[in-house]
Amino acid sequence: MKEVRILEIKQSVFADNDRQAQELREELKEKGVFLLNLMSSPGAGKTTTLMRTIEGLKDTFKIGVMEADIDSDVDARTISQSGAKVIQLHTGGMCHLDAGMTRQGLEGLETGDVELAILENVGNLVCPAEFDTGASKNAMILSVPEGDDKPLKYPLMFSVCDVVLINKIDVLPYFDFDMDKCREYILMRNPNAKIIPVCAKTGEGMEEWTGWLRDEVGRWRGKEDE
Amino acid sequence: MHELGVVFHIMDSLEKVAQENEVMGISKVVLELGEVSTVIEDYLQNCWKWAAKKRELFAEAELVVEKLPAVTWCDDCKQTYPTVEYGKICPHCGSPQTWLLQGNEFNIKEIEVY
Repeated sequence: MKEVRILEIKQSVFADNDRQAQELREELKEKGVFLLNLMSSPGAGKTTTLMRTIEGLKDTFKIGVMEADIDSDVDARTISQSGAKVIQLHTGGMCHLDAGMTRQGLEGLETGDVELAILENVGNLVCPAEFDTGASKNAMILSVPEGDDKPLKYPLMFSVCDVVLINKIDVLPYFDFDMDKCREYILMRNPNAKIIPVCAKTGEGMEEWTGWLRDEVGRWRGKEDE
Repeated sequence: MHELGVVFHIMDSLEKVAQENEVMGISKVVLELGEVSTVIEDYLQNCWKWAAKKRELFAEAELVVEKLPAVTWCDDCKQTYPTVEYGKICPHCGSPQTWLLQGNEFNIKEIEVY
């Protein structure tokens, strides 16, 4: 008979990833690389928003983009037209990126001269919220057609985000989307969330968003007025 | 929804623990799972069985899941109530100013090794 002993572990399943994420965040801070983790459900407009964001900030920062998808490179192709450095990450069926995969992605991106690295996470409101990627800030996009009740249904996603973009506001007249209620639901989950209504297609509201991002990158890199 | 990814994470962590403790094999893994964590126990068990076959250390490891009840605290009336039954709105006073006290935990509690 085998001699059996008990080892007490008492740690969160996510402890290992959280530690790796923290290490990555500290390294990036030292290198002066700001990493934005951009999350949303599929079709909320991540790629279009990114195109606009790059357009608005490409003269200010050297930008690198990591496109994470289960398969295909359609988003990477689109983003490459913006002139930003882009690489495609395949998660091999996984529904999210963790800190280890993000690190590999950054190595592939050769962050040497990149100041703003953007991770377009897998389109999903559940799993990416559980895994800290090591990002400096987390952003998510909620689009009007998805409905104002999403913060109630996916509370964790809204509670981990520093900023929530409410996208596709050009179609507000056609949907029963209550902007005030949506704000209330988001703030209920996360009183510190910055909420910015935008339309990536028309560009409405994008200045406030790129302004926020510019300030955050500047603060991260230790230059308040960059 | 990401049960398989979670299983890989658990196994990765435990492989490190096994190395540090000169473990030959693991016969049991005990997890603590909050009632309102985003992990479904049935899926977790299925993913565990699939992944365990692929890793020598876990070939004979049984997965035991201990459920932790979800409890919510009401900021307005300063009382607690069971989250699953009543959700976000306090059943004592009707306030939505409520916060989850416990129930989203997902911990590796202990392992039985040889």
